[in-house]
Amino acid sequence: MTSAMIRRQVWPGMTCLLFGLVAAAVVRAGEIAPADKRSDFSLMSRETQAMQDDDMANPGMLFVLDGETLWNRKDGGEGRSCADCHGDAGASMKGVAARYPAYEVALARPIDLEQRINRCRDSHQRATPFAWESTELLALTAFVARQSRGVAIAEPDDKLKPFIAAGREIFERRQGQLALSCSQCHDDNWGRRLAGAIIPQGHPTGYPLYRLEWQSLGSLQRRLRNCMFGMRAEPYSYGAPEQVELELYLMWRARGLATDSPAVRP
Amino acid sequence: MAQALINVPFKARRGEIIEIKTLISHVMETGYRRSNSGEPIPRDIINAFVCTYNGDVVFRAELFPAIAANPFMSFFTVATESGVITLSWTDDKGATEVRTAKITVE
Repeated sequence: MTSAMIRRQVWPGMTCLLFGLVAAAVVRAGEIAPADKRSDFSLMSRETQAMQDDDMANPGMLFVLDGETLWNRKDGGEGRSCADCHGDAGASMKGVAARYPAYEVALARPIDLEQRINRCRDSHQRATPFAWESTELLALTAFVARQSRGVAIAEPDDKLKPFIAAGREIFERRQGQLALSCSQCHDDNWGRRLAGAIIPQGHPTGYPLYRLEWQSLGSLQRRLRNCMFGMRAEPYSYGAPEQVELELYLMWRARGLATDSPAVRP
Repeated sequence: MAQALINVPFKARRGEIIEIKTLISHVMETGYRRSNSGEPIPRDIINAFVCTYNGDVVFRAELFPAIAANPFMSFFTVATESGVITLSWTDDKGATEVRTAKITVE
């Protein structure tokens, strides 16, 4: 028997196997079943979980302290602080981080928490908006998000539906040189390993969060850019509508989970 | 240097072993990295930490570039008498950050 004949006999079997794999992939793809949905906290090591749970050991709390100072600092042409309008953040900001990105009527599209803070600075304080990923913006966002710890992520309102759909489309679209979609890792293969790291479900419960790899606090937009870079895709720029749509889809996908900002992640 | 979080028990029994936890914000720049324009970023780390209990050194640490940003340290000492516990961190720029905590020993 020549090798060509063997090949001819082997290939039909291979083709069947490939079809089988494709069919299995089609069945598995899609949303995570509600019973399986869990915070990425549960996939971390016990040591990292303990670090997050202890406010004395969680480095994100250093930023929250900075954020509290900024909350009470008078700023801008109006000479007003956040506290002058919003009062006690513990009461006024509770639950806010659990329902952002939210629909902004003036722009007729959703904005995330960082954008809300900067719009507030611009219009109500007449202060210069903070730069993306600046310590100030991260700190103030972390302080606001901290007030929602334990609050379940809210069901978005109806006006956001088209934007959630757009975010979902990006999440499920194959992109970059590796032709990967977000969904292939985070819907289909969560809990398995990518090299040494466990693939999380990718629920943004604790942003801005302290990532040990970054040795700093970072926003969800930074994380998304980071992931796209890893996929060898062109990352969206900070503040791009696509970034916010992705954030919104991820929050919708995580609805019902409790927020835990400032989270610690590996 | 800026924010620090310290945890020293307010009260302890005489002879009790107490845990002191500290967390401080610092970049802990190793000195081995370069900026986007290729310039070396100078080393800037906290290089020394000292804890004194009523003036006596009870814990001291030397820190090196392999230690991550925002270093967390926890250690134990024996509660001997009421007084002041002083924690100080010194970095490469010579800046020292000091925090104090009162402890009552019964």
